[in-house]
Amino acid sequence: MAEYKGVLVFGEAGNGKLAAITAELLGGARKLANDLGAPLSAVFVGSEVKGLAQEAIAFGADKVYVVDNPILKDYQTDAYLLAMEKVVGQVLPQVVLMGQTAIGRDLAPRFAFRLKTTATMDCVDLAIDPASKRLLQTKPVYGGNTHGVFTSATDPQVATVRAKTMTPLLHNPSRQGETIDIKVDIDPAVVKAKFVQKVAQAVEGIRLEDARVVVSGGRGIGGADGFKPLEEVAKLLKGAVGASRPACDNGWVPDVRLIGLTGKIIGPELYLAVGISGSSQHMAGCSTAKNIVAINKDPEANIIKQARYCVIGDWRRVLPAFTAKLKELLAS
Amino acid sequence: FKIDSATNRMVLGPGVMSVLSPFDEYAVEAALRIKDKQPAKITALSLGANLQREVVKKPLSMGADALVLLDDEAFAGGDSWSTAYALAMAIRKIGSYDLILCGRQASDWDAGLVGSGIAEILGLPCVTVAKKIEVANGKARVERVVSDGYEVVETPLPALVTVSNELGQARYPTIKGIMTAKKIEPVVWKPADIGVDPAQIGAAGRKTNLLKLFQPVREGKCEVIGGQTPEEAGANLAVKLREAKLL
Ligand SMILES: Cc1cc2nc3c(=O)[nH]c(=O)nc-3n(C[C@H](O)[C@H](O)[C@H](O)COP(=O)(O)OP(=O)(O)OC[C@H]3O[C@@H](n4cnc5c(N)ncnc54)[C@H](O)[C@@H]3O)c2cc1C
Ligand SMILES: Nc1ncnc2c1ncn2[C@@H]1O[C@H](COP(=O)(O)O)[C@@H](O)[C@H]1O
Repeated sequence: MAEYKGVLVFGEAGNGKLAAITAELLGGARKLANDLGAPLSAVFVGSEVKGLAQEAIAFGADKVYVVDNPILKDYQTDAYLLAMEKVVGQVLPQVVLMGQTAIGRDLAPRFAFRLKTTATMDCVDLAIDPASKRLLQTKPVYGGNTHGVFTSATDPQVATVRAKTMTPLLHNPSRQGETIDIKVDIDPAVVKAKFVQKVAQAVEGIRLEDARVVVSGGRGIGGADGFKPLEEVAKLLKGAVGASRPACDNGWVPDVRLIGLTGKIIGPELYLAVGISGSSQHMAGCSTAKNIVAINKDPEANIIKQARYCVIGDWRRVLPAFTAKLKELLAS
Repeated sequence: FKIDSATNRMVLGPGVMSVLSPFDEYAVEAALRIKDKQPAKITALSLGANLQREVVKKPLSMGADALVLLDDEAFAGGDSWSTAYALAMAIRKIGSYDLILCGRQASDWDAGLVGSGIAEILGLPCVTVAKKIEVANGKARVERVVSDGYEVVETPLPALVTVSNELGQARYPTIKGIMTAKKIEPVVWKPADIGVDPAQIGAAGRKTNLLKLFQPVREGKCEVIGGQTPEEAGANLAVKLREAKLL
């Protein structure tokens, strides 16, 4: 049996730059590699992605593998799978980490099954067991009420990691590392499920993932009109508007605003939750917010237990006064 | 035209009330929407031990045509590997199918592995987290949810697609549907019926170990901002957040 060694991070680009999740993964993986006494490498699969290699090194990678091929420009499972199979066959890492992203959540399971190993999805904590040297993979289960710690019996041990759960190292541009090109020939005929086009649902203003302030509304908002006052607050605070599942399912706001287990994972400075009960699935998307503030008429709502500050009352009466005072304070 | 939906998962929640995993209802709904437009046969497939008939029959009462159960103690206690393997072997035995639909993730482990696993074992193309599926001319056109919108992916059939809630509300069983479902006898298969290696199913086939489960601690120190009226409380909240340098 081949000897698997070291940690490999699957890197992603966001707007041509290193994706935040990749820097986070490298930060978490660096510690795992140190604990294993083994190297940390990263891999970039795509078209014209070589420029990201030095960035990965600056964030902690020792070696960066690059598979550059025009056919890899858009994400297509079959093509990325071939590329990753080749890279992992050559690098033989003991641990492979991906982000719990649109790509990672599609690629990791199929990749793991192809290599006859396991993947643990959406981990929020990873550690090396000091005795067995196996990867301890902690992930929320049952919608987030409970966490489970898993180990895998097979190598490579594949895990995807939730955004904002690991901390990047300080960017060090003078850090040294090695970049290695891996050539993978991909016959277009093997790509069965073909990417046709991307339809971006444009949202105005700041991206939810980047916003320092997020103002979210839930079922308690009662309708699309109710989101206007939330938008006003978000605008005043240069933030973004989010929502819980009922608000999206009812069409009050577009799906891209969804925060939670099946939506976006955010970690803003301030999360203002209005008319949201704080279900475990919703909290999965915002529990790393530095400060949660709730406006809810139910003192027993779960969100109150998670919040730093709250007002118990009808948002229709609380929020306008809050906004008025806010304007006053911001003007002074 | 024929569809198989590898759906339904038994979930024993804390209240010990079994339900169909929510995303699996969306998978059934996706199959029904295809059948609304063209002739199709929908088979629901569930794996577990002592599967409760009222629960696993829900796809039938929603409009599916047949139900296959892998119901045996030997299937219990599995992980994604052993589950995907047994389901794939059952699908192979079912034989002819155009589309296999799964939920994007089951509501117990929130894994999202079994669908891709079945596709890999059967060597099928797979599209995950779909919000819309259109089938025509031996192809499926799938809208796949991504963080800032969706991607359109086209795949030849047979294929496997996992379905997400963005599909839209699943239909409720009708009285007629419930009556029809009562009359349909599920086909029950044991491990030997689908030719599986007993060492690879259920608990025996696990490749992952669950070391422990724990409840994450929460801080639970919320400061309630009050006032004479809700309006005053709102204004006080703004002042408080300013003091805490959050604005
Ligand atoms: C597998 C799975 C995945 C899921 N993924 C997600 C996800 O990613 N994101 C998500 O959000 N949900 C998700 N859900 C749904 C989740 O379980 C909850 O149903 C949902 O989050 C509840 O949304 P809510 O808090 O807006 O509604 P509710 O739970 O109905 O809460 C409404 C709240 O508004 C308050 N309220 C009502 N009127 C007023 C008023 N006038 N003033 C002040 N307060 C008021 C009420 O007191 C209540 O607390 C998922 C569910 C499942 C099963
Ligand atoms: N025991 C089972 N019986 C039938 N389908 C299952 C079973 N387990 C998982 N699935 C299917 O696979 C999907 C993903 O499950 P999971 O990988 O466990 O999150 C579910 O939504 C189901 O469609």
